[in-house]
Amino acid sequence: MDHRSALIVKLLAMADDELVLAHRNSEWTGHAPILEEDIAFANIAQDELGHAALWYEIVSALTGDNPDKLVFFREAAAYRNAPLVELPKGDWAFSMVRQYLFDAYEMVALPQLMNSTYKPVGDAAAKIRSEELYHLRHTMAWLKRLGLGTEESRSRSQQALNDLWPYALQLFVPVSDEHLLVEAGYMPDAAALQTEWLALVQPFLQECSLALPPHELAPGDRFHHTSYLAELLQEMQSVARLDPAAIW
Amino acid sequence: MSQTDEEKLAEFEARIARGEKIEPGDWMPDEYRRQLIRMISQHAHSEVVGMLPEGAWITRAPNLRRKMVLLAKVQDEAGHGQYLYHAAETLGATREQMLADLLSGKAKYSSVFNYPTLTWADNAAIGLLVDGAAIKNQTMLAHCSYGPYSRAMVRICIEEGFHKKQGLEMIIRYAQGTPVQREMMQDAINRWWWPSVKMIGPHDSDSPNTPVLKRWGVKTKTNDEVRQEFINEMAPILLELGYTLPDPGLHQDENGDWRHGPIDWDEFWQVVRGNGPCNKERLAARQKAHEDGLWVREAVAAYAEKRQSVMAEG
Repeated sequence: MDHRSALIVKLLAMADDELVLAHRNSEWTGHAPILEEDIAFANIAQDELGHAALWYEIVSALTGDNPDKLVFFREAAAYRNAPLVELPKGDWAFSMVRQYLFDAYEMVALPQLMNSTYKPVGDAAAKIRSEELYHLRHTMAWLKRLGLGTEESRSRSQQALNDLWPYALQLFVPVSDEHLLVEAGYMPDAAALQTEWLALVQPFLQECSLALPPHELAPGDRFHHTSYLAELLQEMQSVARLDPAAIW
Repeated sequence: MSQTDEEKLAEFEARIARGEKIEPGDWMPDEYRRQLIRMISQHAHSEVVGMLPEGAWITRAPNLRRKMVLLAKVQDEAGHGQYLYHAAETLGATREQMLADLLSGKAKYSSVFNYPTLTWADNAAIGLLVDGAAIKNQTMLAHCSYGPYSRAMVRICIEEGFHKKQGLEMIIRYAQGTPVQREMMQDAINRWWWPSVKMIGPHDSDSPNTPVLKRWGVKTKTNDEVRQEFINEMAPILLELGYTLPDPGLHQDENGDWRHGPIDWDEFWQVVRGNGPCNKERLAARQKAHEDGLWVREAVAAYAEKRQSVMAEG
């Protein structure tokens, strides 16, 4: 595998993470626990969707496939998102804990991506970072309320963390030949990011009265998905595939 | 009524006649307050329930741009609900009570949201027709005599303008699109035309609240006047694009007004009374969000209380 192929896989991984997470988050629109969160969480979903589009555009410049084709005409097996983001939205604690773990990952990854020697990546990361600051602030506020609120909210959040932690760790598993990208300065080193991420989330979760689950990876990876992804894509792609000749 | 109250009422009506806005702390007749709470909370509920029919298509939007636009649109509706609940709170209503009235079925919301969204093209029809009808009503309400409601309407109308525009954009595109798109769009227009015409409200002769609402400057036009403006705008756009409208009686009269055929009001009242195709489903979705969110709201309250006591000790 060469640099270009490795870069395409890595960029698809980043784009698919944002897209699939935006999809799950958007499922709350109209069903959130308070009206203010119908607004705020829909906003976060829009931002993630926008970030996905930025990454897809870089892939598109490399491969010539337009972003809509990548999203609506690619099968589940070709998606490169981490299984973390495809899991069903669960309860509010599950969605908030997942979003927090992902926001914290982006928070450590983006400053380094901004320094990428591959300029389109650096430029996109700079655009994304300003929005991610707000996401992290928002999900941190929620984790405090849920972790320190009532016994029920704490136990639901702990359960969510236990379920999500093994999947969150998969965010730091390198894709094939990622080392080529690290050596070229295109992408940061995943193991170093994980160390930084743990240093950020561990003390905060403790502050929220949430115990850290054991360090175990969930089954599956960016190349082997749960059945939830195929179901999600079947829904997402249903209208686009009604008439492939149509421009919507 | 005491002399003083009569004087107050005379002064209140004189202010309205001069085109002044009534503000939250001002004296107002109880009936004015009651009618406004009824209208504003009904309007807020319509925004909140109105998220559901289109919200169901966010995950299925056929390209990234449409997905982004639809998500932003449904989010705007939540935002409108929020302003409107706040506007009603300035009259002494509470959000808790308003939501309880929605869930118990005591408070109404627009009948139009009790129809199903069967295909993607329904989102286009809702954007042009339902939002188009809402804009006609809201543009009128932007001139209403109650300050907070009128100002909320000004802001909401600007955003609704974008909603209508994205609906129109799709309707134009699908008119020139593939046979699948064209048929899907025509079918959606067939199903949304009458609900949109009806949502503006019953004929003036069957609208018991209209006279007092007009006298107090809450409504500045009658339902039939608003409906005429709506049909005059929409019929030519859709016919020009080559679509048909499901009203055999529709015609343009000698004054240039597009006149509608007889309206099936029995069907409208059935839907208003809770027997529309989706009334139960819509309320059940709101009820579920409310119940599922209970432990979250309790956590928020408990956390706020703990923080407050920490701050008091500190």
